[in-house]
Amino acid sequence: MHKKKLTITDIIIYIVFSIFTLICIFPFYYLFINAISSNELSQAGKIIFLPKDIHFTNFKEVFKLSGLWHSAFISVARTVLGTAATVFGSAFLGFMFTQKEMWARKFWYRYTIITMYVSAGLIPWFITMKNLGLTNNFWAYIIPAFVTPFNIILVKTYVESTPYELQESAKLDGAGTLRMFFSIILPISVPILATVAIFSAVSQWNAFQDTLILMTDEKYYTLQYVLYKYINQASSLAASIKNSQSMSGMVGSLATQQTTRSIQFTVSIVVALPILMVYPLFQRFFVKGIMIGAVKG
Amino acid sequence: MTLSKMNKKTTRLNKKFERMKLFLYILPFMILLFIFSYYPLYGWIYAFFDYRPPLALKDCDFVGLQWFKSMVDSPVKVQQLLGILRNTFVMSGLGILTSWLPMVFAIFLAECRSSKFQKIVQTFTTTPNFISWVLVYFMAYSIFSSSGAMNNILMNLGLITEPIQFLEQESGTWLSMWAWNTWKGLGWSAIMYLAALGGIDQGLYEAARVDGAGRFKIIWHITIPGLLPTYFVLLLLSIANFLNNGMEQYFLFQNAFNSDHIQVLDLYVYNLAMKSGSYSLATAISILKTFVSVILLFSVNRFSKAVRGESIV
Repeated sequence: MHKKKLTITDIIIYIVFSIFTLICIFPFYYLFINAISSNELSQAGKIIFLPKDIHFTNFKEVFKLSGLWHSAFISVARTVLGTAATVFGSAFLGFMFTQKEMWARKFWYRYTIITMYVSAGLIPWFITMKNLGLTNNFWAYIIPAFVTPFNIILVKTYVESTPYELQESAKLDGAGTLRMFFSIILPISVPILATVAIFSAVSQWNAFQDTLILMTDEKYYTLQYVLYKYINQASSLAASIKNSQSMSGMVGSLATQQTTRSIQFTVSIVVALPILMVYPLFQRFFVKGIMIGAVKG
Repeated sequence: MTLSKMNKKTTRLNKKFERMKLFLYILPFMILLFIFSYYPLYGWIYAFFDYRPPLALKDCDFVGLQWFKSMVDSPVKVQQLLGILRNTFVMSGLGILTSWLPMVFAIFLAECRSSKFQKIVQTFTTTPNFISWVLVYFMAYSIFSSSGAMNNILMNLGLITEPIQFLEQESGTWLSMWAWNTWKGLGWSAIMYLAALGGIDQGLYEAARVDGAGRFKIIWHITIPGLLPTYFVLLLLSIANFLNNGMEQYFLFQNAFNSDHIQVLDLYVYNLAMKSGSYSLATAISILKTFVSVILLFSVNRFSKAVRGESIV
C-alpha cells in the first residue's frame, strides 16, 4: 500500500461516508425509538434523537387491533408459499432449459424470457386476473410466482457452470430426468437457490401493488397494505383504537395509551423487523445474486 | 436387414418421444406463463372499444382509434399528456444524469483503508434497498410531516415559527423523489462496482505507483477505465427502461398538492383506470408505452452490439 498517513482527502472521504451511512440508518432508528417511547410524546413529534419513558406495551397492544394478526398471517403465508413456488419453479425450469434434448428448447426459453420485456400493461393484466377469479383470492399472490424469468436465467446459468459429467454418469446409472433433477441438480444448486429464495422472500414480504389492485376484501390484506391504510386513513384507525380500548375496558396512562402515531410506528417496526433481522445473515447471498445477475444481465 | 431398419426406426421414435416427454414436464409452466403474460395481450382490444367496466366487452361500442386520437385532440389534453411525459422524462433523466454516483461511491469506498469501516458502510447503506416503498413513505411521512422530527428540529432552533409542509409541496417534488430513490438504491447499486473493482488487474496499479502516479491519477487512468464497461451496460439498461418508472413510489408520495409534478406514465395509467374508470384510454397508453419500450430496448441492444460486440439482453 502507499503512504500510511491519513491525508485531508482521506478524512473528507471518511466523513462523507459516515454522514451518508448515518442518513441511511437514522430513519430506522427514528421509527424504533418512537415505537418504544411515551406515546404521548411520540404523537407530538417530541421524540427525535433519544427515546423517552421506554416501554414495550405497544407491541402487545397493536395486535389487539382487529385484523392485524390475520394480516400478519397473510404476509407470512404469502412469503413462505410464494418463495417455495418461486424456488421450485425456477430450479426446475432453469434445469430443464439446459436439457438439449428437449423439443423446441430454444423457442420455449425465448418465449419465457421475452415476458420480462413485453408487458400488456396494468389494465389488461387486471382484467385477466379478474376473469381468472384471482381478485380477492389468496392464490393471486402465489400462482404467478411459479414462473419468474429472471430467476430462471440465474439457475440456468448456474447449472450450465456445473460439470456435465455429473448428469452423464447419472444417466448411465439409469436415472431419468426427474430423478436427476431431484437427486443431483437440487443438491448442487443450493447456493443459487438460496439466493433466489432470499430475493423472492424479500419481494413477497414487501409486495404492495398486487394487494392494492387486486384485493378489496380485508381478509387478503398484507401487513404492508395495512400499514399503508393506517397512514392514509388515520381517522378510521383512531376509531378502531377506541373500539379495541372500549372492548378491553381499560384505558392506561397517556404514555402507554395507543395513538394513531404509536400504532403506525409500531406496525412499521413489525414490517421492517424481519428484513432487518435476516439481512446481516444473508448479505453475502444478496451480493452473490447481484453478481450472477450482472453476468447475464 | 429389415430388423435393424426397424430397430433404427424405433430408436428414432423413442428419441422423439423422449424429447416430447422433456417438453411435457415444462408444459404446465408454459401454460401458466401464457395465462399470466401472453393472454393479457389480448386485452389490448379494450383500447379499441368504449369499455365501461360493469358491461361486457361485446355490449360496448367499437371505436377504432378514437382513444389514441383523443390523447392529442384538444390543447388541454395535449398539455396534460406533455406534463405526464415531462415528469417521466425528468425522473428518469435525473436518474441517468446521476448514474455515475454508485461508481464514485464504490471507488472512494475502496479508498478507505479500514476494511471494518468499509463493511459497516456497505451493510448499512444497502439496507434501505430491501425495505418496501410503503415503509420508505412512512419514514418520509413521520420525519417530514408537520409534527415530524424535521419541523420540530427547525422550530427548536428557532429557524421557523410555522411548520413547513414538506410533503405537500409542488416545488421540489422531482428532487425529493430523486433523493428518496437515491437514498434507497445508492449503496446497493455500488455493490456491482465494488465487485468489478476486484476484477481490475492489480499489476496496473503497481506499475502506476512505480511510475509515481498519485491517487487521483490512478483513479482517473486505471480505476475508472476499468469500471466503464460495467457503467456502460447499466446505463444502457436504464435508457431501455426510460419509460418504466414503476408506480409504487409515486403512488405513495402523491397527494392533492404535488400531483402535477409526480404523475409519471405508470402512475397516470393507474389513476386513469382505478380512479376515473377510463379503462380504454389507460390501455391505449399502455400499448404505446410497451411499443416505445421495446423499440428502446432493441436500439440499445443493437447499439451495444455495435460498440461492445456483445448484446445486453
